[in-house]
Amino acid sequence: MNDLAFLTWVRGTGLDIALGIFVLGIILRLVEIYSLGAKPDLSAPRATPGASGWHTIWRRFIPNDGAIKRSPMTYIGGTVFHLGLAIVVLLFAPHILLIKNFVGFGWPGLPSQIIDLVSVITLATMILVLVDRLNKPVKRYLSTFGDYFTWAVTFLPLLTGWMAVQHLLLPYTLMLALHILSVELLLIVLPFSKLFHAFTTFSSRWYNGQVNGHKGVVV
Amino acid sequence: MSATLDKGVRVLKEVIDSRIASYFSSCVHCGVCADACMFYTETADPKYTPINKLEPLRRVYEQEYTLLGRLGKLTGLSKPLTDAELGEWQELVYNSCTLCGRCSVVCPVGNDIVYMVRKLREGMSASGNAPEGLKGAVSRTITIGSPMGVKLPAVKAQIKHVEADYGLTIPLDAEGTDYLVMLSSMEIMNFPEYLGAIAKIMHAVGKTWTLSSEAFEATNAGMQIGNSDLAKVIVNRIVVAAEKLKAKTVISPECGHAYTALRWEGANLIGRPFTFKVQHIVEVLGEFQAQGLLKTEGMETDKLTFHDPCQLARRGGVIQQQRNLMNMVAKNFVEMPDAGFMNWCCGGGGGASAIEEGEPLRLQAFAVKKRQLDAVKPDRLVTACANCRIVLEEGLEHYEMELPVIGLTELVAEHLPDPH
Repeated sequence: MNDLAFLTWVRGTGLDIALGIFVLGIILRLVEIYSLGAKPDLSAPRATPGASGWHTIWRRFIPNDGAIKRSPMTYIGGTVFHLGLAIVVLLFAPHILLIKNFVGFGWPGLPSQIIDLVSVITLATMILVLVDRLNKPVKRYLSTFGDYFTWAVTFLPLLTGWMAVQHLLLPYTLMLALHILSVELLLIVLPFSKLFHAFTTFSSRWYNGQVNGHKGVVV
Repeated sequence: MSATLDKGVRVLKEVIDSRIASYFSSCVHCGVCADACMFYTETADPKYTPINKLEPLRRVYEQEYTLLGRLGKLTGLSKPLTDAELGEWQELVYNSCTLCGRCSVVCPVGNDIVYMVRKLREGMSASGNAPEGLKGAVSRTITIGSPMGVKLPAVKAQIKHVEADYGLTIPLDAEGTDYLVMLSSMEIMNFPEYLGAIAKIMHAVGKTWTLSSEAFEATNAGMQIGNSDLAKVIVNRIVVAAEKLKAKTVISPECGHAYTALRWEGANLIGRPFTFKVQHIVEVLGEFQAQGLLKTEGMETDKLTFHDPCQLARRGGVIQQQRNLMNMVAKNFVEMPDAGFMNWCCGGGGGASAIEEGEPLRLQAFAVKKRQLDAVKPDRLVTACANCRIVLEEGLEHYEMELPVIGLTELVAEHLPDPH
């Protein structure tokens, strides 16, 4: 298979397979989780302003007092790389074009120089976050293969995409094909790994806010 | 698999709900919960990271309720839980967790970790992996009526003493009163002044109240050990007594877990809403104060600070009332760092104080309380939980700190005019 045939395959059949597993996987995981249900609370509720699931979804974006100082890399690094990924995925013109092909509408992107800069910052931050995971005793203790694996499958699409645009190391066609392949790996892995927190974080915050909100506790 | 392990795993499967599934699916091992836990901050041992304490529950969730986990179990890639692992986790699930809930309020993805520890204890208890100290407390509560083995004659003896000391009648089994007052055995045995304070306060505000001879003990070791069946038996005694005496409100004593057991878990344990109201004594006093019924005299002039019991404040939502009460009777009331919602636990909540072998760890973790206290150097420490009080006194003694600990209710009562 030459580079072009490889690119054609990852753009066609490969993408179809990955998207299929991604969508079915998400449905399966959502059903697995939410079909378990939760018992209603029979104790008399106490209403307090700001104590609810919805409030907690938003409130947890703001770190507790002193939390940034205690674990700066978790909060600053975490925020930077999440925002960076969102910007690169959603505001890079070729990505928007691809999405437009699927959903029929698009939006304005950012100039490629800015995307370049954001990519480099995000790559660097992800490396720092990994170093922090290896250095901090608690993080190292908690980390399993899954943590490093999901880091890698998130890092690879960003790295290969940036290298393709920069024409580094490999011919553009091959690097682009590798980039798309790594995205497909990410799509396949996401529903079945801790990357699924992209979905469940919101319900976790909601449940926590709701359970404690019933007691009138603002969490 | 042994019969007890089998039972434990079965119970764990039962307690797993969509909340727990969502929480485990969200954890990214960021470790932020470690910094919220006094057992980690004071030991720097990563095994005390709150989310790590849930590993047995997570394993059962993954192996029973996820496709990949089930495949792993079938192919032998994912090993089933063992008796030895559950035994090893006892220290993490009980000795080093007071159910204080600090971890649950800091988790960036929103995981309610303490909710899961409470559920994991159900499986630990069912598989026989609960600590002996707690097992004893539960068995005494079921057979005798209280975790410290206090029986009705002891309560009656206290009633007599308090009646003689205060010159007030302590009603027993009176029907149709405003309040049914519950006690903790710690108050019956160690702090009888609480009962005297209640008598004085009720007399001053003109409310009717009673004790019950059938249900005087409000603490619930069944909840602490994680046995909902026994917790239900214990809570049901109070429900039966309250309904029989037609009390409008049941007052939970100065005991954090009694409040959680009765106010929040009670109706869920018996499977129906209560026909009466449940309030912590601090809420009741707060209401009296707001209604202008508490006409206190004089002010304390020495430096006082307040230790918020976790189950009252962070887990129970009662935070402002105690401050209003303190300011009513104390000129020099100062707040410790992190006081209120984020207050640090005494180290002995959630049944931990009943675990003898956990004492050295508890005292080590108390160092954070010492730092909090050293920051404000109070003359006296006020709290609203008899268990906190005992654990605080032990910690203070260990660190050779001369600091009297008093209950808020008795402090308020001291400022009420003498009834005679």
